Amino acid sequence: MLRVIGKRLALLVPTLLGLSILLFLWVRSLPGGPATALLGDRATPEAVERINELYGFNRPLIEQYFIYMGKLLQGDFGTSLLTGRPVLEEFATRFPATLELTIVALIFAIGIGIPLGYLAAKHYGRWPDHGSVVLSLIGITIPVFFLAFILKWLFAIKIPIFPTDGRQNARINATHVTDFYVLDGLLTREWDASWDAFMHLILPGIALGTIPLAIIVRITRASVLEVQNADYVRTAKAKGLLERTIRNRFILRNAMLPVTTTIGLQLGLLISGAVLTETVFAFSGIGRFLRDAIFNLDYPVLQGFIIFIAILYSLINLIVDISYSIIDPRVRVQ
Amino acid sequence: MSTTLPPAPGGNDSASKDPALPDSGGTSLWKDAFYRLRRNPQAIAGAIIVMAFLLVAALAPVLAPYGGEDLPGRTHITPTHIPGPGEVPGFVLGLDRFGGDLLSKLIWGAQSSLLIGVVSTALGLAGGMLLGVLAGGFGGWVDNVIMRLVDILLSVPNLLLAVSIAAALGQGAYAIMIAIGVSQVPIFARLLRSSMISQRGADYILAAQTLGLSRGTITMSHLLPNSVGPVIVQATLTLATAVIDAAALSFLGLGGGRPQTAEWGRMLTYAQDELGIAPQLAFLPGLCIAITALGFTLLGESLREALDPKSRQK
Repeated sequence: MLRVIGKRLALLVPTLLGLSILLFLWVRSLPGGPATALLGDRATPEAVERINELYGFNRPLIEQYFIYMGKLLQGDFGTSLLTGRPVLEEFATRFPATLELTIVALIFAIGIGIPLGYLAAKHYGRWPDHGSVVLSLIGITIPVFFLAFILKWLFAIKIPIFPTDGRQNARINATHVTDFYVLDGLLTREWDASWDAFMHLILPGIALGTIPLAIIVRITRASVLEVQNADYVRTAKAKGLLERTIRNRFILRNAMLPVTTTIGLQLGLLISGAVLTETVFAFSGIGRFLRDAIFNLDYPVLQGFIIFIAILYSLINLIVDISYSIIDPRVRVQ
Repeated sequence: MSTTLPPAPGGNDSASKDPALPDSGGTSLWKDAFYRLRRNPQAIAGAIIVMAFLLVAALAPVLAPYGGEDLPGRTHITPTHIPGPGEVPGFVLGLDRFGGDLLSKLIWGAQSSLLIGVVSTALGLAGGMLLGVLAGGFGGWVDNVIMRLVDILLSVPNLLLAVSIAAALGQGAYAIMIAIGVSQVPIFARLLRSSMISQRGADYILAAQTLGLSRGTITMSHLLPNSVGPVIVQATLTLATAVIDAAALSFLGLGGGRPQTAEWGRMLTYAQDELGIAPQLAFLPGLCIAITALGFTLLGESLREALDPKSRQK
């Protein structure tokens, strides 16, 4: 097991190395080069010259790459052009917000998706099936930012149940320990702060979770359909086992393998979706910061964040692969 | 060609059959798929949606009452009020923040959004197929290098990749097309490669090799046509994502040009601040994006079903 994990981690190295080269070349290909990105379009040639000298942009490309790589390995991802703070720090303070949002989105997607997919398969060809198929089709084709608009208009403007934007009401004087606002409120026993932060997560969480929800419904349905007529399920039924036992131990457990993969693969979608959702809801996570970085060509931030996200993405896929063997012991034997 | 052969003793002559019925033995994969598509209501619905939007896009100059960037109703808007549907005669769906006619903008928006979607998918398909054929056809180190590159590109979430490319290219419609196209390349490349590899051991390839055909000929005229099915399906489905992603990029502000340019995603950007007083400015373009995507998705999924050998045998 450990050897498999080690091998997978080792495979990550060339991918990340390649990514760092691409990102390095990407910055060099920015309109007007990195100096213009730093100084803006109206920079004087002398200023550009000075910046090139200061940052070493006029040295040979290979040399620049090694300097850049050396800094990366020491954990120096540069400083944001927008805020002047280290990229690593910016990521660390914003990541909890996005993680909180992603967790809510995933709970929404999994909590509704798996039961709905199961029901659809159980009532195959009847209305719960048709209903969930149509629902998942709508979920896949509706743009995230459009859904965010609808939710915001309906549940924050027309019927003001939820707040329209932000992470927490500014009037609440909350103490922040971990930057996970909901958790902070619980830790410091500031229940109102925790509740307020939670309410701020609902609408963006639903908007972000809808595509994964639609995909999970489909995969669960297809997977349960395949499993529910298997011999071992028939045997279990013939033995007269409780419906609940058949469902949990025989059908769902065996049907979960493809579903787990799918959930792992949703992470990329979730991060792309977070850029859009956080923009609509003015939610200050990494998605919104990335959007600001794109606009201002804050390339150290873009570079750093893309590397972090790629590492995260690869690690999650590794965890998903490992979790197979926990869900399905048959994988371990092979 | 079968006419030169005498009919089988059982009289199972395909020529005597009703030509409208599918011939389970003699029709080609694509003919059969087309026959199934025509009978699938899902495919028909998808085709109607796609055709309708394509028609609107093509006939935009005839259909739209005003030009895409015209602001004919500038005098009717105030900071607190934007006339809705039917409020001002001559503007069926009302006006937008800049004083443009919403209906005209939706129609011109169909043109630019579909154009971006189709061109970017064509780019992605072309690039992906080139890499896929090289990787699947040659194998060895070519395959290794290409697949590592694909892995790297796949380690960055799709939209983020497109956004980074668009940022490097500078803003504008062409930047969006190229950015979305490039971000699709890895998926097509990987799909075509795995499809080709699964075909590599097939009997017809062995037959072609035995005949002494060159590697290039086998790859291009035997392996490729037989492996391209899943790629075509994916391309149809990708058209939906491309339209959505194009809207997302211009929603994020990477479209360039003037604020009043007719484009669905951009219309949503400027509808943001008006959500309280004029929600139709967000809902109508959003609905257009969703319905277009629905059309392509329905079409793509019924195509997948039609080409699936498991469902073909039924």
